[in-house]
Formats: sequence, C-alpha cells, structure tokens
Amino acid sequence: MEILFYVFGGLAVMAALSVVLQRTPVYSALSLIVVLASLAVIYLLLGAPFVAMVQVIVYAGAIMVLFVLVIMLLNAGHEGPSQHRAKFARWAGPPLLVAFLAEVAVLIWKQYGLTSTANAPAVDASPAAVGRLLFTSYVLPFEVTSILILVAVLGAVVLAKRQF
Amino acid sequence: MAMSSSTQFIVIEAVIKIAVIMFVLLTAIAYLTWLERKVIGHIQARWGPYLVGPHGLLQPLADGMKFMFKEDIAPLEADRVVYWLAPFLAFLMAFLSIAVIPFGGSFTLAGHQIFLQITDLNVGLLFIFAVTSLGVYSVALAGWSSNSKYPLLGGLRSSAQMISYEISLTLGVIGVLMIAGTLSLREIVNQQAGLWGHGSVLSLLPRWNLFLQPVGFLVYFMAAIAETNRIPFDLPEGETELVAGFHTEYSSFKFAIFFMSEYANMITVSAIATLLFFGGWLGPVFGPAPLRVILPVFWFTLKVFCFLFFYIWVRGTLPRFRYDQLMAFGWKFLLPLGLLNILATSAVVAWVHS
Repeated sequence: MEILFYVFGGLAVMAALSVVLQRTPVYSALSLIVVLASLAVIYLLLGAPFVAMVQVIVYAGAIMVLFVLVIMLLNAGHEGPSQHRAKFARWAGPPLLVAFLAEVAVLIWKQYGLTSTANAPAVDASPAAVGRLLFTSYVLPFEVTSILILVAVLGAVVLAKRQF
Repeated sequence: MAMSSSTQFIVIEAVIKIAVIMFVLLTAIAYLTWLERKVIGHIQARWGPYLVGPHGLLQPLADGMKFMFKEDIAPLEADRVVYWLAPFLAFLMAFLSIAVIPFGGSFTLAGHQIFLQITDLNVGLLFIFAVTSLGVYSVALAGWSSNSKYPLLGGLRSSAQMISYEISLTLGVIGVLMIAGTLSLREIVNQQAGLWGHGSVLSLLPRWNLFLQPVGFLVYFMAAIAETNRIPFDLPEGETELVAGFHTEYSSFKFAIFFMSEYANMITVSAIATLLFFGGWLGPVFGPAPLRVILPVFWFTLKVFCFLFFYIWVRGTLPRFRYDQLMAFGWKFLLPLGLLNILATSAVVAWVHS
C-alpha cells in the first residue's frame, strides 16, 4: 500500500509541475486531470472511497470537462515566451520561492519531525456516514453552499439570456 | 514475495475472472455488431451480412481482420500525443466499469466462496458514474486533436450532450438508491429477490425495482441512450452534417477501438439497467448445483440481451433529433421529471420509515 502512495503521490507532484510548465493549454488541463485522479487514488488508499469517487465525478468529470471545452472552443494555441513578465518577478521570484518552501519545510518539521508517521484514528468514511454528517453537524454550511450555487446558476442564466 | 495461500488464491481468482470476462465481453461486442447489422437489415427488408460463414456469422472476424490490416492514416496537423491518447482513453473507460458489475450469485470452490463479479466495491455505482464521466474526454479530445472542423464540431456537440444527459442519468438512479439504501450493486440486486405478494395477482410479479421506480427507469434509460451516443441521440456523429463526427479522421484500428468502446458502453449501460431495475441475475433457479450457478448468469445475459435488442430496434425505427430538440428534451423534460421523481420517492420513503 505504501508503494502505491509514493507512486501516485509522485505522479500528482509531477503532473502538477507539468500543469505550470506546459506551453499548450490543453496539455496543462490534461495534466490537471492527472493530478485530480492521483489525488482520488490517494483518498482511496486512505480508506475514503466515497470521497475518492466524488473527487473524480465532480472535479475530473465535470469541472475539468468545462475547462477543456472552453480551451477547445477558444482554440488557444501554443503559448510563446511571455513578453509581459514584470522585471520585479525576475530577480525577486526565485529567492521568494526558496523562502516560501523553507517556511513550509520548517512548519512540517516542527509539527511532525522526520521520523514520526502521523496515524490518524480510523473514521467511518462510507457514503451513509458522510451524508449523516452533512445533514446534522454541517447542515448550515451545506445549505449556505447550496444557496450560493443556486445564485450562481441564476446569474449564469441571466447572463446567457441577455445575448438574445 | 511471501504470500499466504489465501492471498495467492485471491490473486489467481481475480486474474482468471478478468481474463474470462474480457474474452466474453470482446466476443459479445463482436457479435453485437453482427446482431445490429442483421436486425437492422431485417427491419429494412434486407438480409444483412450473409456471405461470410453461415448467415454471416463469421462477419465480425472478417471485419476485425480488415481493421487490423488497413493503413493507419493520421492527419498531418494532428496533435500526435492527444490523437493517440483519445482512443486509448475511450477503450479504458469503456472496459473499466465492467469490473464492478456482478453477473451472477456465488459458488464454493475448494473452501473459498467465489462471487461472479471481479470486485464488489461498496461504492460500485459511484465508480461506474465516475468512469463514465471521464469517458467524455475521449470524445472531446479526439475531436480537438484531429485539427479538422467536422471532428471539432462533433467533439464539442457530444461533450455538451454527454454533460447534459449525465445529470438525468444520475437523477434517474437516485430513486433506487433511496429505496435500497446502499451503493453496492450486489446488495441492490439481493434486495429485489422474491415476489410482491402471496395469493393475489401480485404474486406473479417479481420484486423488481422497476415496479417501484417506473419513472426513474424511463429517465435513466432515455438518458443512457443519449449518453452512449446512439440513435436518436447520435448527434455527435450525425453523418448528414458532420461526416462522422469526432472520429472522422480516425482510421484502421484506432477507429475500431472507438467502435468497440461504443458497444462496450451499450453493454455496461444495459447491465446497470438490468441490475438496478430488473433484478439482475434473479430468476427461477432449479436443478442440480452446477445448473444453479449457471442459470442466474443465463437470466442476467438474457435481460441484458433484451436491452441491447431494444437499442437496435430503436435505431431501426426512429429518426435523429435536431440539436436544439436534443437539448430541450434533456434540460426541459428529463431533468425536471427526474427531480420530481426524487421528490416523490423521498416523500414516500420518509412516510414508510416513520
């Protein structure tokens, strides 16, 4: 099981790098799908099949399809080297990146050290348990999110209708 | 590698099951093409394939050979990587979902209970939806990577169509899930065992979910035909206006792979309809022990076959929808119907439970 974690963890990191480094937008989008799918496998390994499946259905299967569709529709081609890069980013970027990574490393070090493996207590992650939590402890955030999405849908309809 | 004998047994069991199921599925796909041509032929007062073998029975074999030996032509301006990736994805997604479909009960061999299914996930149905939702990519990417206008239009159309009908597909199933209270396909089938009543007319009817969820079934199956890009919803490959849609630029074996995935998807969708609404492998079982194992598989295959025949029958009967009709049907009819069905079902389930 641990081997699988390293395989898919590595895949996720490499694909995430590829999202940023690819010059063709479609390749970036495809790499992002690989990231999301590898994360789903890691959820599976953590014993949360429901979350894993929802991850694939919602992110990889719905949201990314729209991304890919839009990229295809715009026919965004090969991206040349950027002309608009700020001078500031060129000399301040690398040191800031190093500082940020160091900070994250220190935080992780302080929290866990190098040897300890954090063993979380096993939780029931079945669909029924997740559903029960959603409709009891987290019912307010759940309903607020629903209203937010409803507003977004209405907004999209209004914007689309104006064209005709 | 030190493996206990029971782990070894599980691994060997899984490998054998996968090999057998792949073989059966590929053969079924090959003969589904034969069946389709034969049935469509007879609907149109023709004979269909007749020359290769008795009643054209060797036609699928000949077709397969032809596809393999044809020259593989790719457009010069195509995006090579994605152009190759798309048929591969289509094949993968079409065959992955078979892994969680149970097609029979279980039997005991050398002290191990063997279930007639590759693996029983407790989120089996969600797994299938996850895999089918990824299937959109093969169509969209095939259309885009060919770098040609007809495939691009076909790819865009079918992506929009598959996203729209995926919602209705899921909504149609939710009613069954609310009644069953589980996502495991094996569990859902086991709950449909038996007859409705004793003594009355009801005792003739099996306890299938179809009788509890007729609307859910209609919504599911109509959405399923659209989801598999079949007539009357085969807009993505509407020959009259888009040449052949997303796979216009594909030739040789890559074209065959798209074709096979479409038929595999038809089989998957029919199998799910059978499992959720028609009691899966349940049916009259009698006789000695081996027959008791084989009969359920036979009932399952028979029910799936009926759906596949229905698919072909529809193709021979109905004309194609126009694109705006397709979208209006999906969003203004199927979606509200599915939502109403869920409302009604949840009300009844709540009333029964209280």
